[in-house]
Amino acid sequence: MSAPVKLLSVHNLSVDFDISSEGDMPWTKPRKLHAVVDVSFDLEAGETLGIVGESGCGKSTLARGISRMLPASAGRSVWMGEDLLTMGKAEIRGHRKEIQFIFQDPLASLNPRMTIGQIIAEPLKTHFPRTSKTELRSRVREMMEKVGLLPNLVNRYPHEFSGGQCQRIGIARALITKPKLVICDEPVSALDVSIQAQVINLLMDLQEEMGLALIFIAHDLAVVKHISTRIMVLYLGNIVELADAEKLYETPRHPYTQALISAVPIPDPKIERNKEIILIEGDLPSPINPPSGCVFRTRCARVKDICAVEKPPLKLVADGHQVACHFHD
Amino acid sequence: MALLDVKNLSVKFDTNDGEVTAVQNFTFSIDKGETLAIVGESGSGKSQSVYAIMGLLAKNGHATGSALFEGREILNLGTKEMNKIRANDISMIFQDAMTSLNPYLRVSTQMAEVLMQHKGVSKSEAIRQSIDMLDAVKIPEAKARIRMYPHEFSGGMRQRVMIAMALLCYPKLLIADEPTTALDVTVQAQIMQLLRDIQKEFGTAIILITHDLGVVAGSCDETLVMYGGQVMEEGDTEHLFETPTHPYTMGLLKAIPRLDQAGERLDTIRGNPPNMMNMPVGCPFTARCDFATEQCRDEKPPLIGSPHHRRACHRTVEELA
Amino acid sequence: MIVANRDKIQKLAENLADMDDIKGRSLWTDARKRFLKNKAATASVVALLLIVLISFIGPFFAVWTNQQIDWDILGSAAELGAPNFVNGHYFGVDDSGRDLFSRVLQGTRISLMVGVIGAGIAVIVGTLYGATAGYVGGRTDQIMMRIVDILMSIPYMFVIILLLVVFGKSISMLFVGIGLLSWLDMSRIVRGQTLSLKNKEFVEAAQATGVSDFKIITRHIIPNLLGIVAVYATLLVPAMILTESFISFLGLGVQEPQTSWGALINQGAGTIQYGTEWQLLIPLMFFVVTLFSFFFIGDGLRDALDPKDR
Repeated sequence: MSAPVKLLSVHNLSVDFDISSEGDMPWTKPRKLHAVVDVSFDLEAGETLGIVGESGCGKSTLARGISRMLPASAGRSVWMGEDLLTMGKAEIRGHRKEIQFIFQDPLASLNPRMTIGQIIAEPLKTHFPRTSKTELRSRVREMMEKVGLLPNLVNRYPHEFSGGQCQRIGIARALITKPKLVICDEPVSALDVSIQAQVINLLMDLQEEMGLALIFIAHDLAVVKHISTRIMVLYLGNIVELADAEKLYETPRHPYTQALISAVPIPDPKIERNKEIILIEGDLPSPINPPSGCVFRTRCARVKDICAVEKPPLKLVADGHQVACHFHD
Repeated sequence: MALLDVKNLSVKFDTNDGEVTAVQNFTFSIDKGETLAIVGESGSGKSQSVYAIMGLLAKNGHATGSALFEGREILNLGTKEMNKIRANDISMIFQDAMTSLNPYLRVSTQMAEVLMQHKGVSKSEAIRQSIDMLDAVKIPEAKARIRMYPHEFSGGMRQRVMIAMALLCYPKLLIADEPTTALDVTVQAQIMQLLRDIQKEFGTAIILITHDLGVVAGSCDETLVMYGGQVMEEGDTEHLFETPTHPYTMGLLKAIPRLDQAGERLDTIRGNPPNMMNMPVGCPFTARCDFATEQCRDEKPPLIGSPHHRRACHRTVEELA
Repeated sequence: MIVANRDKIQKLAENLADMDDIKGRSLWTDARKRFLKNKAATASVVALLLIVLISFIGPFFAVWTNQQIDWDILGSAAELGAPNFVNGHYFGVDDSGRDLFSRVLQGTRISLMVGVIGAGIAVIVGTLYGATAGYVGGRTDQIMMRIVDILMSIPYMFVIILLLVVFGKSISMLFVGIGLLSWLDMSRIVRGQTLSLKNKEFVEAAQATGVSDFKIITRHIIPNLLGIVAVYATLLVPAMILTESFISFLGLGVQEPQTSWGALINQGAGTIQYGTEWQLLIPLMFFVVTLFSFFFIGDGLRDALDPKDR
């Protein structure tokens, strides 16, 4: 077996948004919302990295920052040796076929005026404009079969499909250019439980078959743990913990991760009624005005003076297990 | 006597493409202080069934059947009568708190108005009671926060305000329609804890409508599983989760990835949910069921069994093993 | 031989596969179905088509042209000028003894032309301007929309009247005046719609795939704008007709011997006390039927294209 290939390497990535507030003059300097702060990680080929966190923690922004769908304010995102964030516009366009997206809302991510054949063929047409019509057709049909859609539905429109089928169309579109990395932004949160399982299985099968790396973003920790090899926990734009999926569940080290895991309901009354839930007090602070030092200190049970002064660095505490906390387990 | 006794409730909608049946022959009852979960996927009719009971159906919808609240028929009651019941006896909370809060009025105004109208108390008394209620739902600094506008609260806090408002007149029944779906898990845990505490403190019966079996497992005595507008199975929550006896319930429980289990592959329910526009004649689950026979396709299975466990399936429990 | 056969079989198989493709129902197909279900709208389309047809075919059946004066009737229009099939004045004559039938048809053509061309300018200019501003966004958008705001703050009617007075009363100047200002509302509507479309996930999906901005506008934005543009354009046509009528009513619009609905109604209204009510009622009927038709069609289109709103 060869050593794992580093596909993507993100260094100290930050993404800020400009926030203009009421009463600002056109020349007023806008305030910054720090959506993603100083995030670093590596991704190997064929691996699945899960990203979890609550709404507003910067999961989706991080994914868009990595792939330069949004401008990053600092850091590097090295894709197979090249920094995506500094290359030219034409160059990055060429790389888009290698990094594809799957979105949350299955229907909204499909153009209602196009047939699904046209939708699935679009990436291929964009990157290989000289593909012949017959080849395009056969590739689209092949892809449709792969994701479990009947190829004779090729001329139908998105609104004629159910949510689960629409997500399959989205997956077919993402995979038709044979990408190396697929970023899935909450791909199953809008789907019903019975459909969710179908889509998760499909993604895992296709990943194995095509050797894809996945970045899987979701707020449902159970789903993320099921599909991921490693999991990153984000809080207010910062990585608080990054570890192998099983390890993160068995031995969470950060107080936030511990609370998060305890809060996930388990569909078994015997377990669910007897387990202890660590409730987090208070509200999520505003990312415009984040707390000094550790971002979690305002709601943390272990908080000490140092937490307000010094930001805990993300440090390696065990094999492949990184935590950002002064008083981790 | 059951607190709420619903019999043969059907809900139909007139649409441009014809009549659509959203709920069919829905029968259940809930006792005082009990918690009942109505579980189902989108389009299963779980919300429409309680909307019908509450008289909140859209204009093109109509309900038939009966719903007895403390022995009194409340289905299709006039608006005026229903408003009285909605305020004093049955309250409802929604997925999105903003649907029941007016964004332009202070929380204090909105809460006091409810009490002044229905209990006829003075304004200062109403405010005092409102603050007590905000305290009860564990909103810190309730005295100051009651002066705030709804949008100034965070998602979880807003949900608490809505719960407080629903509890103002000490209803006997609280219907919660996906109360935590829009919330993060840590906040969801807080809200579910709150609902459990409230139930203990006030003895309110709760109907929890949700698609999340995990939430149900934690806090409901009875569970009712709906699919395609019909009840598939109903029973004691612990029993139902441990030994489900309907193919749909069985499939559903197996299809959820569980945090406490490392599984390779999820078991799935094949196919897609039925189309509301043309519901199958027989059991709505036939097309996706591994045990389906011709009888399932042609004939609706009746919901039968003992008071604490009913199922609607033509096949016997032994046959499904 | 066998090879040839195999080819044939393969072709046949391909053809069969083709036949198997299920035809989809596009949103347009759905919309057409819903539109045809709307009785008022469908009837309006028929009425409008009839009016257009009459205005173009009618002249072949006219006995008199719109400039000919019937000297026999001139001066006694009230007694002899009423609609009459014997002398060929189907709609009667106007105050100067000219055939009202020919004049109404000619006026219809002018009024419809003003409406269609005015709305056409609005659609083309407004859509391009609005879509560009909305899609590019940022400072460009700010500047482009402030220009629209400034133009909008100028009284519409005042500008047209000024143009006609300064540059002379002519039909082309009327078009210039109407065209200059009619696209403002349209560009605002289109811009707003573009802004919301730009944030749709399918546009983001196209961007993530690396589709060029130009292709995104033509393939993803504009087709999704057409619905609202179509609705607004149908409502704009009667607005343009009304504007023209008002200008002509003031006597500033279309000049003799040309006429339009506004001018005809003006003349008819002026002579009503002499007992020649047909001179008012006939052009008025055309005017009202057309306006109502356009409004009903616009309404029907809106319901058909945006079923969520009902």
